[in-house]
Amino acid sequence: MKTRPDDIQTSNKSQSLETYDEMFKRLDEKGESAFIPFVVAGDPDFETSLQIVQEMVRAGADALEIGFPFSDPIADGPTIQAADVRALEAGMTVQKGFEFIRKIREFSDIPIGLLVYYNLVYKMGLDQFYREAKNSGVNGILAADLPPEEAADAIKSAKKHGINQIFMAAHTTSNQRLKNISKLAGGFVYVVAVMGVTGVRSQLDDRTVDLIQRVRKHTPLPICVGFGISQPEHVEKVTKAGSDGAIVASALINLVDEHLEDRNLMLKQMGSHCLALKKATKEKLP
Amino acid sequence: MIKDGKFGKYGGIFVPELLIPALEELEAAFLKYKDHTKFNNELEYYLSEFAGRPTSLYYAKNLSVKLGCKIYLKREDLLHTGAHKINNTLGQGLLAKYMGKERLIAETGAGQHGIATAVVGALFGFPTDVYMGSADIERQKLNVLRMELSGTRVLSVESGSKTLKDAINQALRDWITNVETTHYLIGSTVGPHPYPEMVKHFQSVIGLETRQQIIEKEEKLPDAVIACVGGGSNALGIFSAFLNDKNVELIGAEGGGDGPGGRNGATLTYGTEGVLHGSLSFVLQDHDGQISEAHSVSAGLDYPGVGPEHSQLKVTGRAKYVPIMDKEALRGFELLSKYEGIIPALESSHAVACAEKYAKKPENKGKTIIVNLSGRGDKDMHIVSQKMGVKA
Repeated sequence: MKTRPDDIQTSNKSQSLETYDEMFKRLDEKGESAFIPFVVAGDPDFETSLQIVQEMVRAGADALEIGFPFSDPIADGPTIQAADVRALEAGMTVQKGFEFIRKIREFSDIPIGLLVYYNLVYKMGLDQFYREAKNSGVNGILAADLPPEEAADAIKSAKKHGINQIFMAAHTTSNQRLKNISKLAGGFVYVVAVMGVTGVRSQLDDRTVDLIQRVRKHTPLPICVGFGISQPEHVEKVTKAGSDGAIVASALINLVDEHLEDRNLMLKQMGSHCLALKKATKEKLP
Repeated sequence: MIKDGKFGKYGGIFVPELLIPALEELEAAFLKYKDHTKFNNELEYYLSEFAGRPTSLYYAKNLSVKLGCKIYLKREDLLHTGAHKINNTLGQGLLAKYMGKERLIAETGAGQHGIATAVVGALFGFPTDVYMGSADIERQKLNVLRMELSGTRVLSVESGSKTLKDAINQALRDWITNVETTHYLIGSTVGPHPYPEMVKHFQSVIGLETRQQIIEKEEKLPDAVIACVGGGSNALGIFSAFLNDKNVELIGAEGGGDGPGGRNGATLTYGTEGVLHGSLSFVLQDHDGQISEAHSVSAGLDYPGVGPEHSQLKVTGRAKYVPIMDKEALRGFELLSKYEGIIPALESSHAVACAEKYAKKPENKGKTIIVNLSGRGDKDMHIVSQKMGVKA
């Protein structure tokens, strides 16, 4: 049932999609953590971003984070902001976003998480948004500006439509909040590695390892680390610290930005960087 | 959080997880100090000695004769820095001091809130950074200089529409990054809880004074209170004292821009429900929920969101919101300048134009109207001179 690089052309039916649970279990048995690349749907345009996802899957992505572009992304640094602008200018809409997921489902059944800002969900109406997400093949939804306090309706819709509602945990999150988040969350806990917004950093925040260990103590859910994870050594470090997955976003979007004039090179670079990142997940401690 | 920060269903804390503890800390400090004698004595000292409170409630005799109503002006335009913004920046600046914060950040559109934050940064000795869209910096060079003279660093924001909403985005990103040491001094009754409630509290001094003053002068409450609404802080400041007086009409004048179907900043009139900058309220947005760019001749009303309490006042019918077009506001500007010798800010000119419309209705003849004159017009002379075809 799993899509690996060699059977990438195989079309899959929605009932055979891999769940987060199944993915983490599969990797755990191999002593690996999950490599989860992020892409803004429609950046720099619909077709190219679909090819980017193909490269990511071919390079061994274990799951995908798909961002729907938003006009006012307050949790994102300049790299993802620019990607959102490119996608919106290329005509991306929420409906095309779901179409994008359906296209991915033609060649991959690995878990897909949607990363959105809450207004896109609210405007469409929660029930409809979650239904369309489910129908297009989404496993999980994380709204960057939706803390547990405001998420009662979203959790209800998520349960109704069989979607994992994913929440973030940060350095500033207390142990009590971690316990709460753990109770409400599905799929995995998204650990924010830095004090700040998304973006490439040369060094991993020293406190990240402590945070991973603290979150681990307060949740039975898998943990994936994102924000500021750009290099294989960062992935290796969070994997060794006990993270079940690493989410890489801005570093990959930079490749889009750098090679806008040469799509072939863009895809080639994407593939080779993703290969290196995936390789770094194979060092998980038992 | 102790409270949910909701006004009906509006408001809330729609922010990334990183900011939640900071909002909890801010809420706790606000609830602790808002009724704290020493804090309030100190705030009152600065409001009177530094900012120039109380402001007068001036009977605009000439305009009253012309319009056939009794028109009073709450003279917030006479405050230090030229607008009501200083009430809030003194309050939050002092709170930041009591909280032991080391740095202030703020957003600004035209620069008025930026200036009011800059002078408070100088007063209380905070390093201060103000985010301002690059398009606004270009339009408001003198205001940038004013901030810089008070020791504030003005940081240019190049993203999005390069105006106020993008400056707020960038200030939020800064706060997310430096949340442990920095206080984000939001300039209006917008943003996540506790900001809408807190900014209203610090602006409620306008309403408290006004209520007392009108009773002294008229021995009764007014028939209508009119204020302009961008984010809505001056309006909530004056409305707050009359919310329970069902016979007092509360009217908000929004930036109607080019009018129906055109570019505008009239969020409550033309917007729909949405989540922007941490709260559920009315917003200007497209079919998908992408936030639109606002437009008004007045930079202070040029915002695609509005304070959540205004959304609640609108849907319950307690307050009415009227779009005033750019050209009507300019007429209000000229009207008050000509008849009273008071040059109002273009924001406040919307309230003046709204009062004129109100007074002209036959059923309102002879009524007592209070207009919140939230700011003075010196800052807008270059815009008005362009509109009038005068080379400045």
